Amino acid sequence: MQEERTEPLMDQQWSTATLRVLSSMPSRTIGRSRGAIISNYYNRTMQLRRRRQSRPSIRDFAPSSRPSIRGYGGVETDAGVDDERKWRQLVINLQNLPVSDRVQMLRCMPLSVDEKREIRYITSPYLSPFCFFFFILPNGYGGMVDYWLSLLSFLQLWQIALKKVSGRFGTGVLSYFVFLKTLLLFNFFLSIVTGFFLVLPQAIYPALSYALKFQGLELLTGGGYFTSTVMYYGYYTNSTLKKDCIWQQAISQHSNQTACHSLYYNMPLAYFFTIGFAFFITGIILVYTMSKSFGQSFRIDKSQGVLAMKVFASWDFKVSKKSSIKMQCENISTQIKELLSELALQQNTMGLLQKFGKSCVHLLAWTMCVGSTLACVLAVFYFSDYIRARVNDTANPLVKEAGLLALPVVVSTINLLLPGFFNAVAWMEEYNSPSTSNYVSIFRNLMLKVSVLGVLCYHWLGRIAHDPTSLGLQCWESFVGQELYRFLLMDFIFTMLDTFFGEFLWRLFSQKALKRKRKPVFDIARHVLELIYGQTLAWLGVLFIPVLPIVQIIKLLCMFYMKKASLMMNCQAPRKPWRACQMTTIFITLLCFPSFLGASVFVTYTMWTIKPSESCGPFRGLNSMFQSGKRWVEELEKGNPNLGWLVWAHTYLVENPFFLFVGAVIYFHTQVLDGQRKIISLLQEQIKNEGEDKKFLITKLQFIHEQKRPLSSHRIRGASEVKPEDSGTASLLLKKMTSSLPSLIFTPWTSWH
Amino acid sequence: MGGAASQLPKEMVSEYQELTFLTKQEILLAHKRFSELQDRDSLSSRVPMEKILTMPELKSNPFRRRICHVFSTSEPNDGSLTFEDFLDLLSAFSDSATLEIKSHYAFRIFDFDDDGTLDAGDLEKLVNCLTGDTDETRLNPEEMRQLIKNILEESDIDKDGTVNLSEFQHVISRSPDFVSSFKIVL
Repeated sequence: MQEERTEPLMDQQWSTATLRVLSSMPSRTIGRSRGAIISNYYNRTMQLRRRRQSRPSIRDFAPSSRPSIRGYGGVETDAGVDDERKWRQLVINLQNLPVSDRVQMLRCMPLSVDEKREIRYITSPYLSPFCFFFFILPNGYGGMVDYWLSLLSFLQLWQIALKKVSGRFGTGVLSYFVFLKTLLLFNFFLSIVTGFFLVLPQAIYPALSYALKFQGLELLTGGGYFTSTVMYYGYYTNSTLKKDCIWQQAISQHSNQTACHSLYYNMPLAYFFTIGFAFFITGIILVYTMSKSFGQSFRIDKSQGVLAMKVFASWDFKVSKKSSIKMQCENISTQIKELLSELALQQNTMGLLQKFGKSCVHLLAWTMCVGSTLACVLAVFYFSDYIRARVNDTANPLVKEAGLLALPVVVSTINLLLPGFFNAVAWMEEYNSPSTSNYVSIFRNLMLKVSVLGVLCYHWLGRIAHDPTSLGLQCWESFVGQELYRFLLMDFIFTMLDTFFGEFLWRLFSQKALKRKRKPVFDIARHVLELIYGQTLAWLGVLFIPVLPIVQIIKLLCMFYMKKASLMMNCQAPRKPWRACQMTTIFITLLCFPSFLGASVFVTYTMWTIKPSESCGPFRGLNSMFQSGKRWVEELEKGNPNLGWLVWAHTYLVENPFFLFVGAVIYFHTQVLDGQRKIISLLQEQIKNEGEDKKFLITKLQFIHEQKRPLSSHRIRGASEVKPEDSGTASLLLKKMTSSLPSLIFTPWTSWH
Repeated sequence: MGGAASQLPKEMVSEYQELTFLTKQEILLAHKRFSELQDRDSLSSRVPMEKILTMPELKSNPFRRRICHVFSTSEPNDGSLTFEDFLDLLSAFSDSATLEIKSHYAFRIFDFDDDGTLDAGDLEKLVNCLTGDTDETRLNPEEMRQLIKNILEESDIDKDGTVNLSEFQHVISRSPDFVSSFKIVL
């Protein structure tokens, strides 16, 4: 490390004259002086103009923007004139940009509103008829947008609540609620699509079926009365809904009304394409969000410059409550002290025995976690089989329905207790950094949930769908739908119980009985994983219960208010540092990869390979659900041979979804590269600024020497406005800069790799 | 904009929308809050710093005085804000402000002596603001010295002993949390 070389420059006590020179260097005035900002933005507008192809004329090029030594001279006296010229050039550049670019450029300038207004009035002084179009239309258009935005103000409904949460707990806890809001939007979209295309047509033309009596237990089990409503797959008809025909046929048997014109709605086709379309759009939105997040937060993941980042970028300005600010100060102080001691400790290498001991502990912890996960998975596997075999033994229908609740209860209990066990195991382990322990705990929880869901999917598709008569079922899809509804509901009930017992009662207990001052900590990772689990269930079930997204919306709304109330009353913010942006990216990735991918694989497998029931649902009589789409496309081709390309597209895109995954991966990579490109451009600007400083010092030196040169006889007069040490220090600075320029180029690059 | 709490004319609102990162609702809310802070009897449209600091969003923030000084356009720079200064403040701290604007103003806020760079004195004051006033959270002089040395090692690329704006922006660009934490919402 080049420690000693930098000391001379840092420890010098500079004279006031030197300080004056230093403070007028370009790199130190960028932040402060208006002239420097104008000059900076003049350069940018020039670049933008060049990019937009409205080539600036040669006259527009100021001499100093060309990197040659010839343009130097007279830096001192021309400063004011230079500013004015730059200002005028900036105005010319802005006038030559398209309107949207101009507005964006004005907004991004760090000047006061007054100055921006001045520039704006000059760049667009009057409203010509052409400008009229651009100026009034955005305002009018903006007015329309504002109107629609205010209509969507229910999304802003939670803004006050979110502000309270962030004011007290900070950005980390806020990210949980923002994630909840995102899931709500996904479900909203899904419910609109399925509601409009599936539920509504079927509800308007109800299929004939027997109606069971409504008993209270249905809300829990989802069976009984609900099986003969639009809720379940089994209710949907496999025929084409026709207007006018149904009523006419029912009323008059004798009439020969066969002219069924106007609307007709092919239900099986609609079902197939709606589900496919909903999943496709959700997938696109997820991949897009994930890639953008990734591009932003994983630019450089080397832990270089951790302390500087902690000091410059970790203060959360949103926090406004006094006690929370105090807590934030405490947290930052602790984290800085920990980081400092870690850096000091890194000098000592650990002994071999210590390292071995540490790995043994890690191995033991992992064995315990994996073992317990495996045990739970086997338990679910055998228990589900046992329930399947024994559920038909009882004659009482009520007990039968209640017996079906046993499996969801068992799974929810596992999901509740095992993460606590994992946390306990993690206490005995020691990690290099708090983020590693976060990642490990998330991975273990994820492993548990993925394996449990995997076993359940096998149970539904491999056992029940394969052999529906073993349960005495006529419609296995509705049954699987009911199972998913029960799982979703049990998950919600257990979350409620956990909030009540885990947070409220625990706080009372620890404050009254144990007399501790600290409230329980809000475990962000665990709660987000629970949300992801619930959303996976919703996506798994949409094929069998088109109204499941609506149930999920209701559940999420209740959870928001419940969690917020519990948070305000019982919890405190996490003490460990929480890198919100990185964590949010990880959560969206988890939502996309195991969760959405698993659900779409499940749905794709069901649609492509499993034989639908004979007696219920829109696909009865077909060999697979996919066949309905394929038949329709083939019929279209027979009717109109020009549509052969549609068949080809259908074969390659729909039948082979692998294609789409490849596209997603490519897009993802381009976003990550984009993020890294931004770093490169920042570094280039840094190098350019160094060049400006050098130019400034060279011209200053030249000026000083020119003053000294013909005046060797004047030195006796003593009226020297030039102190010898000024030129000395200026040249020392210049030497320093020239020697450090190569290191400037190389150090960031090596740290980047 | 006089002392009386009047409605903002529509053209001014759309002008502010164009020049800042705030939406129409945010501008109107800002006007409402600013009018509440204004003294009815005073003739000037500036609100003195003490009144601004009574706002709940700024009341306990350790950087509140620096924020007022940075955004104030008054001649003696006493930290008083006009309505447009207030809008500038909110725009820099808003949701849609770019990383560049935020890092620019963050740099100016952290530059306690206003000399255009962050030298050791600025860094020391910055760390003291971050860690608070109590004895147990403050860093002792040895830790402070070590911390400043490490920060300069990590971020001072041209090795001149101070962190200038570009170096600051370079550090900030590697920290994706900055944009979401440099926010104040009314």
